[in-house]
Amino acid sequence: MPQTFTKSMARNIFYGGSLFFLLLFLALTFDTSRALPERDRRDQLDTASEVGQKIAHGKMLWETNNCIGCHSLLGEGAYFAPELGNVYVRFGNSKDAIKAFIRSRPAEGIAGRRSMPQFNFSDEELDAIAEFLKYSSEINTAGWPPNIQG
Amino acid sequence: MKYKSQAVAKPYFIAAIALFVAQILFGLIMGLQYVIGDFLFPEIPFNVARMVHTNTLIVWLLMAFMGASYYLVPEEAERELAAPWLAVAMFWIFLIAAGLTVIGYLFVPYSGLAKMTGNAILPTMGREFLEQPTITKVGIVIVALAFLANVALTVLKGRKTVVSLVLLIGLTGLAVFFLFAFYNPTNLVLDKYYWWWVVHLWVEGVWELILGAILAFVLIKTTGVDREVIEKWLYVIIAMALITGIIGTGHHYYWIGAPEYWQWWGSIFSALEPIPFFLMTIFAFNMVNRRRRNHPNKAAVLWALGTAVMAFLGAGVWGFLHTLAPINFYTHGTQITAAHGHLAFFGAYVLISLTIISYAMPLLNGREANSMRSQVLEMWSFWLMAVSMVFITLFLTAAGILQVYLQRFNEAPQQFMVVQDKVALFYWLRELAGVVFLIGLVVYIWSFFAAAKDAKEPAVSSEAAASA
Ligand code: HEC
Ligand code: HEM
Ligand code: HEM
Ligand SMILES: [Fe+2]
Repeated sequence: MPQTFTKSMARNIFYGGSLFFLLLFLALTFDTSRALPERDRRDQLDTASEVGQKIAHGKMLWETNNCIGCHSLLGEGAYFAPELGNVYVRFGNSKDAIKAFIRSRPAEGIAGRRSMPQFNFSDEELDAIAEFLKYSSEINTAGWPPNIQG
Repeated sequence: MKYKSQAVAKPYFIAAIALFVAQILFGLIMGLQYVIGDFLFPEIPFNVARMVHTNTLIVWLLMAFMGASYYLVPEEAERELAAPWLAVAMFWIFLIAAGLTVIGYLFVPYSGLAKMTGNAILPTMGREFLEQPTITKVGIVIVALAFLANVALTVLKGRKTVVSLVLLIGLTGLAVFFLFAFYNPTNLVLDKYYWWWVVHLWVEGVWELILGAILAFVLIKTTGVDREVIEKWLYVIIAMALITGIIGTGHHYYWIGAPEYWQWWGSIFSALEPIPFFLMTIFAFNMVNRRRRNHPNKAAVLWALGTAVMAFLGAGVWGFLHTLAPINFYTHGTQITAAHGHLAFFGAYVLISLTIISYAMPLLNGREANSMRSQVLEMWSFWLMAVSMVFITLFLTAAGILQVYLQRFNEAPQQFMVVQDKVALFYWLRELAGVVFLIGLVVYIWSFFAAAKDAKEPAVSSEAAASA
C-alpha cells in the first residue's frame, strides 16, 4: 500500500465506515419493522384468538422437536428433507393431509429411505403444527419458492 | 512463550481438537445417512447428528478463539493475564457445559431435553445452530463475559496494540450479537430476521475481526515485517469487512417476508463482501514475501497462507456464486448453500484456528518449532484436509446445480425426494472425500505425538531446532 495512505487514515475509515453502515442498517431495520405488518400475517398471531394460540403452540412444537434439523422452512435450516414453508399448499391446502402424514410415520423408519421420526403427537398437537405450517405458507415471501416442489 | 499465564491457552487448544474429531465423525454419519436413509435410525436421527456436527463445530471454534486470545493478548500487552485462574475455571465450565449438552442431544429425545431444561420459561431452542438448551446459552454468556473481562483488563493494564484492540472489538461483538439468540418471537419473520444477527453478523462481521487479528499476529511473529505495515493492512481489511458485511446481511432477507428492497441492498453490498477476503490473501502473501526472518515453524506459515486462500475461495468465491437475488431465488436452501457453508467455515475459521494452534502449541511446549518430521506430517494433514474439503465442496456444488435444475428451474419440476435419489452419486463421492478429510485429521493429531517424541529424543529430530 502507498506510503501516503497512512495507518491513521485506515483507522478512521474503519471507525467511520463501520459506524455509518451500522446506523444505516439500523435505519433500514426500522423501516422494515414498519413494513412488516403488511407481509408477515401478524393478524393471525393474536393470542386472544384460537388460531393465534394454535400457531404459538405449533411453533413451540416445531422448535422443541427440532424439525429444522432435517427440513428447511422458507429455505433455511437443513437440506435433508422437503421444504415445509409451502407444504400446506403442496398438500392441497389441507391441514388434514399434513396431520395424516406426520401421524403415519413408522417408528422404525422406512428401510433404505430417509426417515422421519414418529413423534406420537396428540391430535391437538398435530392441529397446532398444521396451523403453524399453514401460517408459514401465507407469509409474503416475494414469490419464493419458484414452484410447488419447494 | 514469554509470559507464564499464556499457558492457560493449552487446554483450550487440546479440547478444541478433541471436539473437532467429534464434529467430523458426526459429519461422516450424516454423509452416510444422506445415501443410506435409515442408517442408525431411529437411534441417531439425522437432526441429532446435525446438531452435534454444527454445535461441536461452533464450540470448538470458540474454544480456539479463546485459547488464541489467552495466548496472544499477554504477549501483545506485555504483561501477565489479569486473572489466569478465571481462564482455567471458565475452561472447565465451558467444557462441561458443552459435554453435557452433547450428551443430552444424543441420549435424551430433544423434546425431553427441552422439558428438562425448562425451555418453556424462555424458549430459545430448536433453531438452526442455536439448538442448545437455554441454560447452556446462559452458560455461554457467562463464560463469554468472564473471558472478555479477563482479556479486556489485560489489554487495558498493558501495552495497547492494534492487534489486541481489533481482537477485543471482535470478541465484544461476538458476545453482544449472541444476545439475539434469546429473542424468539412467535412471529416467524421477526424470528428469522434477528436470528441472522447472530449467524450472519458473526461469520461475515465480527468474526472477521477476530480472524484478521489472529492472522496479523501470526504474520508479525513469523515474518518479522514491520508492525506498522501489518496494522495498516489489518485496519483496511476489517474496514472493508464491516462496510460490506453489515448491510450484506440483506442477502438473507430476500425470501423470508422482509420488504423487496432488501434484494437490492443485499445483492449490492454482499457482492462486495469478497473484497476483505481478497485483501486478506494479498496481505498474507505480501507479508510472507517481504519477510525479514525465516521462522523455523514452516507449518504455521503454511496454515496462515492456506487460511487466506481458502477463506477467499469459500467465503468470497462460493459466497458470491449465490448471493445475487435473482440467482439466490433458485439456489436458496439447496446443496449450493451447504457447499458454501462447508468451504467458508473451513477456509476461514477452521484454518485460522489451526494456524494459531500450529504457531502457539510448540511455544507452549517450550520450543520455538516442532521437529521437521512433525512439521512434515502437519503439512501433509493440511493438504489432505484442504484438498478433500475442496472436493466436498465441488461434489455438493454439482449436486446443488442438478437439484436446482430438476426441482426448481424446470417446466416439470420434480419432488424433493425424487431429486435427492437422482443426485445420490455425488453424495457418495462427498462421503468418500469426507473419509480422506478424516485421514487428514488423524495425520494432524499424529503430528503432535511425533513432535513430543522427537522433543524427548533430540537425536532423532532434524534441523528444525538447529535453525531456530
Ligand atoms: C430425522 C429427520 C426429520 C425430522 C426431525 C423431521 N422430519 Fe419431516 N420429513 C423427513 C423426511 C425424510 C421426509 C420425507 C419423507 C418421505 O418422503 O418419505 C419428511 C417429510 C415431512 C413432511 C411431508 C413433506 C412433503 O412435502 O412430502 C412433513 C409435513 C413433515 N415432514 C413435517 C415434519 C415436522 C412438523 C417435523 C417436526 C415435528 C418433522 N417433519 C421432523 C425427515 C424429518
Ligand atoms: C471442518 C470441516 C467441516 C466443517 C467446517 C463443516 C461445517 C458444517 C456446517 C456449517 C454445516 C451446516 C451447513 C449449512 O447449513 O449449510 C454442516 C452440515 C453438514 N455437514 Fe459438515 N462440516 C465439515 C466437515 C464435514 C464432513 C467431513 C462431512 C461428511 C462427509 C460433513 C457432512 C455434513 C452434512 C451431511 C451436513 C448436513 C447438511 C444438511 O443440512 O443437509 N461435514 N457442516
Ligand atoms: C467466512 C465467512 C462465511 C461463512 C463462515 C459463511 C457461512 C455460511 C453458512 C453456514 C450459510 C448457511 C446458513 C444456513 O444454514 O441457513 C451461509 C449462507 C449464505 N452465505 Fe455465507 N458464509 C461466509 C461468507 C459469505 C460471503 C462473503 C458471502 C457473499 C459474498 C456469503 C453468502 C451467503 C449467502 C447468499 C447465503 C444464503 C444461502 C441460501 O440462500 O440458502 N457468505 N453462509
Ligand atoms: Fe450471510
